[in-house]
Amino acid sequence: MHELSLATSLIELACEHAAENGASRVTRLRVRLGVLAAVRRALYFCFEPAARGTACEGAVLEIDEVPLSVLCPACDAVKTPSGLYNFRCPTCGTPTPRVVTGREMQLVSVELDIPEAASESPPSAHRSDDSTSARP
Amino acid sequence: MCGVCGCGEGEARLDGRALAQARIPGEHGGHGHHHHAHGQGHGRRALVEIEQDILSKNDADAATNRARFGERGILALNLVSSPGAGKTTLLTATIETLKGSLPVAVIEGDQETANDADRIRAAGARAVQINTGRGCHLDAHTVGHAFDSLAPEIGTVLFIENVGNLVCPAAFDLGEDHKVAILSVAEGEDKPLKYPDMFAAAELMVLNKIDLLPYVEFDPDRAIEYARRVNPQIAVIRLSARTGEGMPAWLDWIRQASERALRARTASVA
Repeated sequence: MHELSLATSLIELACEHAAENGASRVTRLRVRLGVLAAVRRALYFCFEPAARGTACEGAVLEIDEVPLSVLCPACDAVKTPSGLYNFRCPTCGTPTPRVVTGREMQLVSVELDIPEAASESPPSAHRSDDSTSARP
Repeated sequence: MCGVCGCGEGEARLDGRALAQARIPGEHGGHGHHHHAHGQGHGRRALVEIEQDILSKNDADAATNRARFGERGILALNLVSSPGAGKTTLLTATIETLKGSLPVAVIEGDQETANDADRIRAAGARAVQINTGRGCHLDAHTVGHAFDSLAPEIGTVLFIENVGNLVCPAAFDLGEDHKVAILSVAEGEDKPLKYPDMFAAAELMVLNKIDLLPYVEFDPDRAIEYARRVNPQIAVIRLSARTGEGMPAWLDWIRQASERALRARTASVA
């Protein structure tokens, strides 16, 4: 169910970046999803209806899935568990609660359509000090 | 190549400018907000690198909540379970025991009705009801508003009773100190394996309704073993909110966590 919240948050983020860049439309979104997020198919399913009426309408959603890896404190090494929810080292069996990769839910990039008028005066590339970047 | 997103700096452009110039050194990491963009030469289509968590807004609101809870030495517990595991009954029993010794406030989350907040108030604690409508989980923003309206005093134990759902609330940080997962013995003992995210995110599992054990096929040891398979560090308390068995362990756990929250406040004020 919460994939709809995720889709909405994703679309809001992308639309903000579109507005900041003077873009009229988002044509492509690239998303990084850890396997533990377990919403890959559902996110595809929700994205289109959630995008309707926004700058993301009709955009292509690309999802890169990130496999699970955990840190084994005994081996002091990053390992791949034998199952998605079997948080034990495949080598020595030690419990491995620390997930290194597999929980990601990130918007990686957006591809934007920028009208001529807006693209004649592009925003500065050094925009990471703007207000939207003040979040922790 | 950019180590974070794998973009090739050589071909990267921001409206015609090379990515190497557009990127700010040291920008990678965390919720990197490096906006290096890759134009495609004609200035009409641009690829903007973002690297931002999809739930960053919720996470930012949760961080604000956490800071505000911390300022007042409040212990915030996010109670999660499937519908019918006994969250509200556990809460009313808890409130009746803590009343007079610790200030308690409750944020109740349900899709509809104020029934649970009414039950909490009848037990003697302040409560505010959030109705999520079609929403299947609480979010940090709404909890922040609920916190405003409760304005709990210093040292309050704030229970946030999430919408009964073992899936979605796992993904949404509310700013709580701990998630407490409640599993009743009337459910399947393999719930921790079926809904691993929630049990992986919880610090404590309360095995509730143990007074029903003689009547159900539920092996508590196996349920605990399953929970530790997905979360080796999870603490477990077996209790019955109805008979009171196990309640002292639960109340001790709350008191100790509350003392830690107050000590952290004193340390930061000093």
